[in-house]
Amino acid sequence: MFIKQLSIFVENSPGRMISIIRILEENHIDIRALSLSDTSDFGILRLIVSSPEHACEALRAKGSTVRITEVLGIGITDQPGGLGQAVQLLSEQNINIEYMYAFTSPYNNNAYVILRVEENEAAAAVLQAGGVELLTPEDVYAMGKK
Amino acid sequence: MVRYWQEERECASREWMSEWQSQQLRETVQRVYENVAPYRKRMEEAGIRPEDIRGIEDLHRLPFTCKQDLRDYYPYEMFAVPMEEVVRIHASSGTTGKQIVVGYTRNDLNIWADTCARALVSAGADNKDFMHVSYGYGLFTGGLGLHGGAEKLGMTTIPVSTGNSKRQLTIMKDFGSTVICCTPSYALHLGETLKDMGIPKEELRVKAGLFGAEPWTEEMRREIEAELGLKAYDIYGLTEIIGPGVAFECECQSGMHINEDHFIPEIIDPESGEVLPLGSSGELVFTCITKEAFPLIRYRTRDIATLDASPCACGRKLIKMKKPQGRSDDMLIIRGVNVFPSQIESVLLSLGYTAPYYQLVVERINNTDQLEIQVELNEEHYSDTIKSLQKITRTIAEAVQSTLGISAKIRVMEARSLPRAEGKAVHVIDKRKLV
Repeated sequence: MFIKQLSIFVENSPGRMISIIRILEENHIDIRALSLSDTSDFGILRLIVSSPEHACEALRAKGSTVRITEVLGIGITDQPGGLGQAVQLLSEQNINIEYMYAFTSPYNNNAYVILRVEENEAAAAVLQAGGVELLTPEDVYAMGKK
Repeated sequence: MVRYWQEERECASREWMSEWQSQQLRETVQRVYENVAPYRKRMEEAGIRPEDIRGIEDLHRLPFTCKQDLRDYYPYEMFAVPMEEVVRIHASSGTTGKQIVVGYTRNDLNIWADTCARALVSAGADNKDFMHVSYGYGLFTGGLGLHGGAEKLGMTTIPVSTGNSKRQLTIMKDFGSTVICCTPSYALHLGETLKDMGIPKEELRVKAGLFGAEPWTEEMRREIEAELGLKAYDIYGLTEIIGPGVAFECECQSGMHINEDHFIPEIIDPESGEVLPLGSSGELVFTCITKEAFPLIRYRTRDIATLDASPCACGRKLIKMKKPQGRSDDMLIIRGVNVFPSQIESVLLSLGYTAPYYQLVVERINNTDQLEIQVELNEEHYSDTIKSLQKITRTIAEAVQSTLGISAKIRVMEARSLPRAEGKAVHVIDKRKLV
């Protein structure tokens, strides 16, 4: 039920990002979604990719500092109020969102949101009970091939 | 204006000095042999009896004392008098967080005040001057050391201690400070603050400054002199020997006169321990010959310097030392604080977040030393959230601050990115250009 996200620790230096992207490219790994958080010294590149385990190994083999984090993916209708419903449900249960980022798919009109919370199980239960569509890992990894 | 504080000593003939040093050395060796078990043990191991040391010509036969000895016999085992005769304790940081403890009898404090008063007089001060002490007070010897010298000289002594630069400058201006002492980097910082406050330097009455406790350059001297409108003098010392006042600059500024009637200097080869001929560059070693509570014998300072016995135009016959050109160990002096990489290593290891690789980068930015500690985390600590990474860097910075007393910036590097050295790892990148 949980989606495997790559979290790559990136020192702030020119050329660092391209070297990571090239590794994915060489290994024919598709990026589904990404988000970059940065501080003055380092950034964390978060990626949802077509084959996370393979990508993780490939990156690690080239010396990248990468780990896999399990996150939640939800599908929402791409209209005002769609995201609010999901966030409201979590907020009512005091579930803190560490970070989130969104992407859309070219194959339907849905928007997708990746959520990082402290307790995945609890958050998933709350969202499901509230009628929010949870994405399966298979949905997400294969999304580009539909 | 007085020219010397103790002319009979400072300008004494070489004959008198050798005679005095030999006599004091004999007495000191006899005394430590009787009263300090570690010295007696070491002399016995070396097969030396106190009577074998007939004068300074036999000094080289005595075993060395190292910083490690001061840690091994922490806190009081190296003291040569009963504690009831000790009236003051000072301390400085050691390599593993353990402090080096030194003690003073009333007479030792008197000697110390004299050595500092010599430095002050040599910088042109007398009892009409106002002495602004911006060295730290407390266990550090800087503040109370020069304070004692200034009071003994009869100066109006202002114990400002460190910090709060604007307040420092207001005091300097309002109280009419004429002589200041602090670390050279702090003097530069005061100069900048003065500019920021929009006070013309002519409003200060300060005419001379004694700066030491960290390495500094001739460029820094010129900058301090220009910004604060004073003449800057170098002063040298170390806690183990007495504190500030071991050596001082005169108006000729061609090296620092060593108070050799109290501290006999030698220059040795740091590898072999052999005494080097006069004028050679090597490790500076001191033997205290007048102190009662803590008379170190052949103490290895780890400072690399040279001695200069050529006559000085100031009239003093005390031998001169060149400003130390480096260290024979890996000690760093950061904002006047002695820092060994091993201290930082042990803080990192004790916290457990980091891999056993680290690098220290020291830079001087806006005339202030900045220490950056580059670390690699253990794999499990490379979190996907910035919050948890910053929590780790904050924890490390706080531990460094509380253990070493210096602030440091912690920079997390990618895993397996710091250099892995074969053999002895190079941990320090010192970008300051000081010598």
